[in-house]
Amino acid sequence: MRVVIAEDLALLRDGLIRILEAFGCQVVAAVDNGPSVLPALTAHRPDVAVLDVRLPPTFTDEGLQAAIRARAEIPGLPILVLSQHVEQLYARELLSDRLGGVGYLLKDRVSHVDQFVDAVRRVAAGGTVMDPEVVAQLLASRSGAGPLDELTPREREVLGLMAEGRSNAAVAARLFVTEKAVNKHINNIFSKLRMPPSSDDNRRVLAVLAYLHGEDGRRPRTPA
Amino acid sequence: MPQNGAVDGVRGLLRTWIRPGAVTAAQGLLIALLSLATHVALFVLSLVSLLLIPVFGVGFALFPVVTALVRLCVGLHRRLARWGGVEMATPYLPAPAGAQFGTWRRFRWVVGDPATWRDLSWLLPGAVTGAVCLAAFVLPVYGLEGVLGLPLVLHLTVGFGYGPFWPIDNLFEALLCFPLGALFLVGGLAAGRWLVWLHLAFARFFLPPTRTAELALRVRQLTVTRAETVDAQAAELRRIERDLHDGAQARIVALSMSIGLAEQLVGDDPEAVRRLLAEARETSGQALAELRGLVRGIHPPVLAERGLAGAVRALALAVPLPVAVTVDLPGRPAAPVESAAYFAVAEGLANVSKHSGASRAWVELGHTDGRLTIVVGDDGRGGADPAAGSGLAGMGRRLAAFDGTMVVTSPAGGPTVISMELPCELSSPRISPSSGTG
Repeated sequence: MRVVIAEDLALLRDGLIRILEAFGCQVVAAVDNGPSVLPALTAHRPDVAVLDVRLPPTFTDEGLQAAIRARAEIPGLPILVLSQHVEQLYARELLSDRLGGVGYLLKDRVSHVDQFVDAVRRVAAGGTVMDPEVVAQLLASRSGAGPLDELTPREREVLGLMAEGRSNAAVAARLFVTEKAVNKHINNIFSKLRMPPSSDDNRRVLAVLAYLHGEDGRRPRTPA
Repeated sequence: MPQNGAVDGVRGLLRTWIRPGAVTAAQGLLIALLSLATHVALFVLSLVSLLLIPVFGVGFALFPVVTALVRLCVGLHRRLARWGGVEMATPYLPAPAGAQFGTWRRFRWVVGDPATWRDLSWLLPGAVTGAVCLAAFVLPVYGLEGVLGLPLVLHLTVGFGYGPFWPIDNLFEALLCFPLGALFLVGGLAAGRWLVWLHLAFARFFLPPTRTAELALRVRQLTVTRAETVDAQAAELRRIERDLHDGAQARIVALSMSIGLAEQLVGDDPEAVRRLLAEARETSGQALAELRGLVRGIHPPVLAERGLAGAVRALALAVPLPVAVTVDLPGRPAAPVESAAYFAVAEGLANVSKHSGASRAWVELGHTDGRLTIVVGDDGRGGADPAAGSGLAGMGRRLAAFDGTMVVTSPAGGPTVISMELPCELSSPRISPSSGTG
């Protein structure tokens, strides 16, 4: 798997390279500033990119901006964004093209090396991985009228874990239920959110988007 | 169509001539009545109370009372001036604590305020210019009398005079009341405006604070806000110190202990080492989470990354009810102002979700006349009181450090609207495509 990394702190950059290479990835480029991210991504067309949000020269959100621009140029380019803090606002911007292949994690999560590498792989495969913190913020801020409120607490839990990018098996293991039960919950979620029948992967992404975008009539949004 | 034209003509006349004329006449009448009725009496009373000081000190108690009446009268003049479009700030020094009527402290406060003497010295000349303003009322009314033909009617019935003809001898003189009346009316309206203006311009030499008094007031206000800011900052630093000490710092100590212990055991007990390292990772995660929370409280990263507009949108997302955010900022305010505005909005939205019971809220950011304007509103139950809630009072204090103001309107039953203003200049807009994705 070919990876491009953007991280300005040398210590963290080296750590990321070491971890990814230890798990069989090939780091084709590692840049340390905002302006070189986009050229690196278009030149190398990696299987997945791991980008820090805050990069020189302005130390604001050039990593995130580069990710959004890169995906406008190369639709669906898998990108995992890392940050010291997570914002719902950024999650929504990353997801707004509805193509999947997006991850948004706190930097802390890198310390769970196996889980982090797993997240990189899932993003590369077109999955959506949201940090549990994003999901927690959403749960804290959600309580309005709409399809999302028709979900049972258990179904919300399952949807939250789906938003974190977990497979059915992982959700089952986490909730101590069978995979069959998880499947049933997920089908209920799809029908309550009125997801049209289509490939399961696409519906998963859409369900997570509904979750993040508040497609319950509160904040109607169209992708930019 | 000609009918419409006539209606428009009358409307135009009403707007440009009749209404302002009536207002000026009313101002003239009120100014004259107030001046004639009170000034001389107040001046004499002041003089008498000053003269009574040697008489068993009666004047000590009396003079402050008379001064209070003078200030009431001058206050009414200031309001009339504001009605006439002339702003005059109130110049009086704030009363010291324990300065009730009859106390020596009260007397010293009144006598020590230069504005007392400026008011007093204005009373008599002000009475003259004020009395002259009566013409602004009398002349147009007299003109109106002529225009309406009242002298003609009276000449035919009981006999009467008008203008230079006194009494009116014949019908020709009586008929002259129409052009004469028109002359008085137009002349009176034009002159009235000048007379009122003259009176106000003269009052401006006496009634507003002097430059020195203005500066003294400003210094006093700055002293208060600076003290509050310094206190708030010290409290904030203490809180940060305590949070670091009890939180992240303690956890990092635990972390290094776990690692040290693991180092000791590395050859002997791999299972224990694994457990210790897992514990260490857990602890480092907690320390990071605490530091994140702390950083958010000092300067939210999203504010640094996206500016006020983006940060307020991020705030709105975290509130458990729909919040409509409208931002109309052509540039970015200075960082300290941005930060103050952000925390004010955060506090406002926190109040909305905690106390209001609202079903929706709105935040509006704008910039007019060198002031950043912030509105936080909700459709909840209302009844928010800045004096009772420490949150709202804290917001006011935070803004006061920047010469900002906060106005809360929150009638019982809602809606609650908090309007804030912060003087600031905007820097040129940031060249960034972020608006396209936000």
